[in-house]
Amino acid sequence: MLEGLMVGLSTAFSFTNILMIIGGCLIGTFIGMLPGLGPMSIIAIMIPVAIGIGDPSAALILLAGVYYGAIFGGSTSSILINAPGVASTVATSFDGYPLARQGKAGKALTIAAISSFSGGTLGAVLLLIFAPMLASVALLFHSSEYFALMVVGLSAIAAFAGSGQVFKALLMTIIGLIMSTVGEGALFNLPRFTGGIMDLQSGFGFITLAMAMFALPEAIYLVLDPKRSQQEDGSKTGEIKELRITREEARAILPVIGRQSVQGFLIGVLPGAGATIASFLGYAVERNIARKEEQEQIGEGSVKGLAAPETANNAACTGSFVPLLTLGIPGSGTTAILLGALIALNVSPGPRLMIDEPDIFWAVIISMYLGNLVLLILNLPLIPYIAKILAVPRNYLIPFILFFTLMGAYIGQNNATELLLLVGFGVIATILRFADYPLAPLLIGFILGRMLEDNFARAMQLYDGPAFLWERPMTTGLLLLACLLIFLPAYRARRARLRAEGVADAD
Amino acid sequence: MALDRWIALIFFVICGVYGYTAFFLMDAGLPPFMQRNPIWPSTFPKVLAILGMICSLVILAGFEKSQKEPEAMDINYRRLTDYNLGQAVLLICLMILYAFSLRPIGFLVSTVLFLVMAAATLGERRFVVLIPVALIAAGSIWYLVQEVLGIFLRPWPMGF
Repeated sequence: MLEGLMVGLSTAFSFTNILMIIGGCLIGTFIGMLPGLGPMSIIAIMIPVAIGIGDPSAALILLAGVYYGAIFGGSTSSILINAPGVASTVATSFDGYPLARQGKAGKALTIAAISSFSGGTLGAVLLLIFAPMLASVALLFHSSEYFALMVVGLSAIAAFAGSGQVFKALLMTIIGLIMSTVGEGALFNLPRFTGGIMDLQSGFGFITLAMAMFALPEAIYLVLDPKRSQQEDGSKTGEIKELRITREEARAILPVIGRQSVQGFLIGVLPGAGATIASFLGYAVERNIARKEEQEQIGEGSVKGLAAPETANNAACTGSFVPLLTLGIPGSGTTAILLGALIALNVSPGPRLMIDEPDIFWAVIISMYLGNLVLLILNLPLIPYIAKILAVPRNYLIPFILFFTLMGAYIGQNNATELLLLVGFGVIATILRFADYPLAPLLIGFILGRMLEDNFARAMQLYDGPAFLWERPMTTGLLLLACLLIFLPAYRARRARLRAEGVADAD
Repeated sequence: MALDRWIALIFFVICGVYGYTAFFLMDAGLPPFMQRNPIWPSTFPKVLAILGMICSLVILAGFEKSQKEPEAMDINYRRLTDYNLGQAVLLICLMILYAFSLRPIGFLVSTVLFLVMAAATLGERRFVVLIPVALIAAGSIWYLVQEVLGIFLRPWPMGF
């Protein structure tokens, strides 16, 4: 292993490859910041460039750099304008955007940069140590466990939606799952629920839905209520006054970073659960274990609530390379695109990659560490310039947000129907927001829907029926955990309410 | 009945229609070889429809009351007319117009028109600044997308 590490070090530190890391991170950050262009589309666009390079390790290093940059750019737009262009930074906006609205945008961006760096770096170290071992853990999971694991993930998201919101969140998750069944799946080769409309044949676009759920309602809210684009104290947002974080804040986020790096990495290793689940689960876990007074802060602009998803999503990005590099199984849509690029470059990822082509394997791992370093050096000094976007007057900002939202859905599809869907769903999402329905669960349900059904179908086929639900102890255990997650908070909230009304018996 | 329960009712109906399709309409056209499979294209949707109907019924029945206090940041939908509702509706209409105009009149013209009209709707009157900004933005974004990223965007009206 040490020998491979040395080969990897010498490959990664070559001039071209360092250039690739810097270039990839830069491109990723800038494009990722635009709402609507997520890592998947950016990597897909960069593939021809990467193949043009010819050298597989350089190409993979470039694409990995783009991936990190895009995730970071996504968190920047989540914090500043509450428009997560990437699903894995949705949780970032929960606390990042309130912080920006309190005039602490600079602080929020610094915390995001540091958490991303630490998460990614610790993840890279873990990858370095555990890559060979963790592959065998992931091998133990069958499709029925993946199915159960995704159910747990979705229930956890609903369970942590807040008191009195559990069933609303659950309903939104199910609506998201229902929306994911529209179109032609790989499983059956049959169009379902398209109503004969050709444009629905391939289902709803993820980016269209993401824009409709987050960017558009926010823009409509900005239009409806002009006070929203100003800070509470009346001064304009956009001035980044305080980049530095205090010693107390550093002390508060340090354990969060430690925990979430490990947890995020482990979740990232499991195919199907990736950066998105890691960030939501990280947020939920930190919220649950926080002290009472801190718990109330989370969601209103807490540094812990910001650090948790940021650390977890970057650690999970690193983790998602484990199954790709060691098993040749992509754990997420993004790594699936990377897998396609690797095959085009005549590299077959799998257990033999480490032995046959150690320079590629280790160079990618080393470059991940370097990539995180570049992101920190590149992003921290750029933060005040990035945040200038908030100083743009409202009359210009809103048309441009609307325009970028529309472009995000239009680019690559060249399809006006997508834009009509976007506007329609955006209006519906705004109304749902009026009625306090959480929107994130819908999107998560939609993203996971297809994978959930695939694994469910595979398990059904393997066991010739739903017997896997009770014949596999791990599946049963995970599903019971999911039930517990949903009913416990609902039951407790109901009892607390009844007791407050003086109806419930004291026990 | 509060808005959230009306919405739950609508979702109940949607889940019902979805479930009806899954239970009674989808399996009719299923090829015989697929009928021997333990899982059908309608299996997962059937489960979802039932779960969705249960959830919306729970909300409709009001088992769970939201204890959230109304925040200053939230918009009170009962007094929607107090806000800039007209502007919002106009902007939504503009977006729909933009969607329809992209193909026939091209990216550059429709984008400049959209940006200028949207800003004008919001109350911007300094057209000396606004029009050049819109022109530069539309041009540079077209260049980025078409030339740098290599994604085709029709720049001019059809026929050019």
